[in-house]
Amino acid sequence: MRSYLNNLHKAFENRIRLGVMSALAVNESVDFNTLRDLLGVTDGNLASHLKSLEKVKFIEVKKTFVGRKPNTSYVMTKAGKKAFEEHLDALEKLIKEQSR
Amino acid sequence: MSNTDSNKNYSQDLFEIRNMMEKSSRFMALSGLSGVLAGIYAIVAAYLAYKIFYFSDEIIYKSISYGELSDNVIKLVGLATATLVLALLTGLFFSYRRAKAHQQKMWDATAKRMLINLAIPLFTGGIFVLIMFSKGAIGLIAPATLIFYGLALVNGSKYTYTDIRYLGIFEIVLGLISCYFIGFGLLFWTLGFGVLHIIYGTVLYFKYEK
Repeated sequence: MRSYLNNLHKAFENRIRLGVMSALAVNESVDFNTLRDLLGVTDGNLASHLKSLEKVKFIEVKKTFVGRKPNTSYVMTKAGKKAFEEHLDALEKLIKEQSR
Repeated sequence: MSNTDSNKNYSQDLFEIRNMMEKSSRFMALSGLSGVLAGIYAIVAAYLAYKIFYFSDEIIYKSISYGELSDNVIKLVGLATATLVLALLTGLFFSYRRAKAHQQKMWDATAKRMLINLAIPLFTGGIFVLIMFSKGAIGLIAPATLIFYGLALVNGSKYTYTDIRYLGIFEIVLGLISCYFIGFGLLFWTLGFGVLHIIYGTVLYFKYEK
């Protein structure tokens, strides 16, 4: 077992969670509806994945108001950013190794 | 899971990540066809300007004095504005169609970001041109519009197709050249807003829409 494989995070094994992290990696914050449209998933499905990312403190909820309508958006935490980058590095190394 | 299987999965993961980063941060409904049409409008407008009220920038540059604006200049501004509005409407229509075909929203965070970044140099240029107009520096208006339009494209390109960056650079170069050749504003406008738009629209169309 190579050491970098420890950096592959369980939290990112799911495509939806991976997608959420990718979108948050390049945007300051992304709101719930945008994430839903980007990933093409149902509200309930997305909500449960967001909750699990929240639980491991990889993302944070940011409640704001657009006019008088509440708007839920999400931001990546520092821990989330670090974990995501490690995950990417590990993926990269893994693929390099195997395609040799 | 065999080695090749997992490799495939991880490659798929990487593809997904790239795709999502791209999709969430760039406006991808920009239409090449509307670029081609905008170029055609520009050429038609330039032809009309040449035929109907032909004048040379240089003549106006030399003859203009405060409070005495040539009728032709007003007409030309009107024609340019009408062309711009027509080009914008066409762009909106085609973007809307493309977004709909891909089941995306046209007006989302990426569109907003692109437009804001386009608008900053564009409005700066617009105000600058108005000031030049009021000071009678008519000869430099055409070059200035090309330069500021180019800067706007370079700035906005970070939030849409990167090809737009090169279009912007070409517009800037053309604008700088036309600064030197005052009096040929109409010709450089035709090249910058007409020919370059048609070339780039065609490139975008074949690259992303075909």
